[in-house]
Amino acid sequence: MSKYLLNKFLFTVDRDPELVERYREEPRATVEWWESEYANRILGSHTGESSTWLRFDDVEREALAAHDYPKLFELGAHPFLTLTLFIAMFERDYPPLGFQTEYAQRLSHMKLPYPDIAT
Amino acid sequence: MAEVVAVIASTHHPFYYRASTATGEDRPPFADAWVRKVEAFRETLTRARPDVLVMVGSDHFHQLWLDNMPQFLVGKAPFYDANFYNEEREFGLPRMFFTGQEDLSSYILREGIDAGFDLAFSNELRIDHSITCPIITLRPQNDLPIVPIYTNIFAPPLPRPSRFVQLGRMIRQLVESWPSDQRVAIIGTGHLSLELGGPRQFGPHGPDPEFDRKAVEWISTGDIEGCLSEVTLDSLHLPGNATHGFMDFMLMMGVAGEGRKADYVDTYDLFHTMEAYFTWYPGGRP
Repeated sequence: MSKYLLNKFLFTVDRDPELVERYREEPRATVEWWESEYANRILGSHTGESSTWLRFDDVEREALAAHDYPKLFELGAHPFLTLTLFIAMFERDYPPLGFQTEYAQRLSHMKLPYPDIAT
Repeated sequence: MAEVVAVIASTHHPFYYRASTATGEDRPPFADAWVRKVEAFRETLTRARPDVLVMVGSDHFHQLWLDNMPQFLVGKAPFYDANFYNEEREFGLPRMFFTGQEDLSSYILREGIDAGFDLAFSNELRIDHSITCPIITLRPQNDLPIVPIYTNIFAPPLPRPSRFVQLGRMIRQLVESWPSDQRVAIIGTGHLSLELGGPRQFGPHGPDPEFDRKAVEWISTGDIEGCLSEVTLDSLHLPGNATHGFMDFMLMMGVAGEGRKADYVDTYDLFHTMEAYFTWYPGGRP
């Protein structure tokens, strides 16, 4: 299990306007592409010096492919990264603060202590 | 030696810029009162006539990332670009540009490392809304050089609260021993109770008004000891999952000093957060 890699997906997609739209429209294909082409890139290095060992487990891959943000919360993905990216993708479909409110409601079953987000 | 002419601690609400500049139907009902409070708070800095601003904040996974995460980092650069694409997208924040006070950055790094804080540094730092928000609220003309200092309140394992207080004390000592005749304001921003990406987010108030009440009391009375006796890395999960940003307020309490009452205190109860504004004048009220 790799909370780090979940966070890396959210982080790298969130900062790229093109990837934000691609993940919104084609989540499963984007996750597959990202895992094969992007997951092992060290962000400050050129691609000839990529890592060789990073991959999602099935639960993580499915949570991302299904846009399942409650599941990402349960898995310990960083809540700020998840929230920021999902606002970017879906706020536009709701009235003001409507998406944020629904987001909170869909997480209402989560009680303290929340899942550990340490990586 | 340099003089610390003001110590300022504040929340940084990324929606202030948009709320304060919106007009007509887009202007939220709470904007006018919020602007009045911020302008009164701004006056507390203006009155101190600073030459240089030391700005304490926290990168929100913008430039700093989990493959290389510093706990405390000092920017040392002649210039800083500011605000990121996702802050323009979500908050409508403008791109900004700052001049750095590079000699003070060097001094804080050298002396801070020698004093026992192994500070990281950056020679090319793009700063985010934790520092640009207080510039927008407190110094919108953005005409003063800065030293940005980042803390990790975001990516565990985090330093403990006492370490933030210690760093604040050290920053105060270092600025006061800086061989310069500059007038320095030390400004830091954090949060009271806050939830982001969790079930308690975006409620009608901050997620834990009782914590907020106690926090304002600790800060405004300079009760570092009382604050440290109750606040731990574990306890900060209870008021809201992003409440570790309160440790930047604790850092600023360290800057201001134990038992030092704030000279200016104001709060504003908004949806989602309690806004809070504090100013101390170490040399007396100007």
